[in-house]
Amino acid sequence: MTDKKLIYLDNNATTKVDEKVLEVMLPYFSQYYGNPSSIYEFGGKNQRAIKEARETIKDFFGARSAKEIFFTASGSESANMAIRGILNADKSKNHLITTKVEHACVLNLYKQLEKEGYNVTYIGVNSDGELNTDELYAAVNEKTALVSCMYANNETGIIFPVEEIAQKVKSINKDTKVYVDAVQAAGKIKLDVQNTDIDMMGISGHKFHAPKGIGSLYVKSSVLLSPLVIGGHQENGKRAGTENVPFIIGLAKAAQLAQDALPYEATKVKELRDKLENGILSKIYNARLNSSAYNRVPNTTNIGFEYIEGELILLNLDDIGICASSGSACTSGSLDPSHVLKAMGVPFTALHGSIRFSLSRYTTEDEINYTIEKMPEVVNKLTALSPFQKELKELKERKGIA
Amino acid sequence: MWNYSETVMDHYRNPRNAGSIENADAIGEAGSLSCGDMLKLYLKVDKNGIITDAKFQTFGCGSAVASSSIMTEMIIGKHIDEARKLTNKQIAEALGGLPPEKMHCSVMGHEALEAAIANYYHEDVKTNADEEIICKCFDISKSFLENEIKTNNLKTVDEVTNYTKAGGACGKCRGRIQEILDSVNNNFQEAPKLTKTQMIIKINNIIEKYISPELRKDGGDIELIDVDENEIKVKLTGRCQSCSRSNLTLTHFVEAMLKEHINENIKIIQV
Repeated sequence: MTDKKLIYLDNNATTKVDEKVLEVMLPYFSQYYGNPSSIYEFGGKNQRAIKEARETIKDFFGARSAKEIFFTASGSESANMAIRGILNADKSKNHLITTKVEHACVLNLYKQLEKEGYNVTYIGVNSDGELNTDELYAAVNEKTALVSCMYANNETGIIFPVEEIAQKVKSINKDTKVYVDAVQAAGKIKLDVQNTDIDMMGISGHKFHAPKGIGSLYVKSSVLLSPLVIGGHQENGKRAGTENVPFIIGLAKAAQLAQDALPYEATKVKELRDKLENGILSKIYNARLNSSAYNRVPNTTNIGFEYIEGELILLNLDDIGICASSGSACTSGSLDPSHVLKAMGVPFTALHGSIRFSLSRYTTEDEINYTIEKMPEVVNKLTALSPFQKELKELKERKGIA
Repeated sequence: MWNYSETVMDHYRNPRNAGSIENADAIGEAGSLSCGDMLKLYLKVDKNGIITDAKFQTFGCGSAVASSSIMTEMIIGKHIDEARKLTNKQIAEALGGLPPEKMHCSVMGHEALEAAIANYYHEDVKTNADEEIICKCFDISKSFLENEIKTNNLKTVDEVTNYTKAGGACGKCRGRIQEILDSVNNNFQEAPKLTKTQMIIKINNIIEKYISPELRKDGGDIELIDVDENEIKVKLTGRCQSCSRSNLTLTHFVEAMLKEHINENIKIIQV
C-alpha cells in the first residue's frame, strides 16, 4: 500500500508535537533525569529549568507572578483541580453555574457535583452559539460558589466574553469564583489574565503542539485552593507528585512558539479557514454554516451537511486522507448528537451531518485547496444515497440552483 | 475509531444496489432523520413472488449503509416468504460482524425489510400510535423492545441499547428497559407461581415505587388490604377516598400498573 495522503484538519482534537518542542524535551529523559527536589546539582538544575518554564507559562497566561502557575497532566485535571479545589476550600455555598456547551471534562464534573448535592444552573446559547450572558448574570446569587465558563468552544470555536463575565459576576457577588476553561483558546488567541477578575484558568499542551499529558492551571494568588493530590511538597503543595520535567520543558517551549505565532494564527490561519469555509459553502448546496458568529477562534469552522450523516462523511474523507471530526452521534457511540449543536438549536436535518474542520499553523494552502476540491465529490456521493431526495431537491430549488 | 470488518468497509465504500426503483412493488422504511439514521428499501417482485430487484437509500453511518447494502444482496433472487425469514443476526454475520454499539444498524435493515414485505402483502404496518413508548428519544415501543430482546437473546440494558438504540440518548428509560428485560427473561423461564406472602411483598413494592408517588401528588394514597389469588383488595386513603374519579384511578391506573408488573388477570377490588 502506498503512503496515504494525510491532511490533518482536526487540530481541536490534538496537534502534532512541534519538532522544536521535541528537541528541547529529549535531553530530559535519559541525560538530565535528576529529581528536581534533590539536593545535588544534577537534580537542582532541573529545579531551575522548571522555574524558567513556569516563568514562560506565566507570560503565556499573562499572569502577574509565576507562583500563580501550576503544572498538571491535562486540561481535565486543571478543571478538576480548580473546581474541586475551590469547593473543598470553602463549603459555605452550594450553587454553581456553568454553560450547556462546556467540554465533557467540566460538564461531567458538574453532573457529578449535582449528585453530591450541589445545585447547578446550566446557561444556554443562541443559534450562533453565543452565550446568553444575561441569563448567566440573573442566575448569580449569594449562594453561588463558582461560575465556570469556557473561553472558546471546541466544536464551534465561538469565543465567550470571559473577562466581562468575570467582572459582572464579581459585581453581583464578589465572593463567587470564576474558572475559565481556556483549552481551545490557548495558542489561538492571546491570554491575558492579570487585569481581569478571572480567578482560575486551565490549558492543555497538546492543543498547541506540546505532547499529550501536560497541562497547566493559573490560580490568582488571592484564591485559596484545596489540593486534589496530597503527598509531597511539589507545586507549592497544591499537586503532589514528582514533576514531569521533560513535558514541563516541552510545554514551555510550545507556549513560547505559540505566543510568537499568534499574529500568524490571526491572519494566515484565519485566511485559510475562511477560504475553506467559503469554498465549501459556495460549492455545496446542502452545506450550512453552524455558526456565523464573528467572534470565533481563527482555526475552527463547523459546517452541517443536510440529509447526510457525519460518520459516513468522515469515513469517506478518511479514505482520501482528510482527517476531521463530527458532532454526529454515530462517531462517538453515544447515540446522542453533539450537546453543543443541540444547545444551539441546529436543525435536525443538519445535526447528524455536522463536520468540524480545525486548522493549525502547519495547515497549507495546498491542503485547503485539495479539501475544497474533494468535498463536493464526497458530499454528492452520499447525497445520492440519501432517502430524502425530495427534501434535497426542494432545498436545491430554494437556494436557487437549477 | 470503529473496528469495522473489511466487508463493512467494502460495502460503505462501494454500496451495492443503492438508489430507488420506480414502480416498486413494495417499499419499506425504518428509522427517521431526527433519530440519526433512516433506511428506505424498494423491492421489485415478480408474479411468482421472487424478489427480482432491491434497492436502498440510507441516511446513516458506515455500518447502516453496509447493512442496507448487503441485505439487498441477500434477498435478491429469493422468494419473498423466504426473505421474510432473514434475521438481523444474519445481516450482521454476513458483514463479518458489527461493533456491539452498531448492532442497531442491522436491526434497522431488518425492520425496513419487514416493513417492505408487509407493504407487499398489504398488511397493516404496525405504528407506534397506540403502543407504550419506552424510549422517547428514539420513539421505541415496548413490544419492539420485547421482540428484540427475545430474538437476539439480550441480557443487559447496554445490549438493548446497542441493538435498538433505546436508552442511548438521555438515558431516562434505562430503568424501564431493565424491567422489560426482567419480565421478558422471567416469562421466558415460566416464572414460578408466587406464594401469598411473596405476592404481598411484590404488590407492596409496586405500590411504593409506582403507584403511591402519583396518588400522593394529589393528596391521596392507597393501602393493600388482602390478596386472594388474582384478586387484590385495596383501600384508597386521604383525598382519594372522597374523589369522584376514584373508580377511574383504580381501574385505569392502579389495576393497569399491577397488570403490567404481575399478570394480565389481576383484578382490583375496593374495600
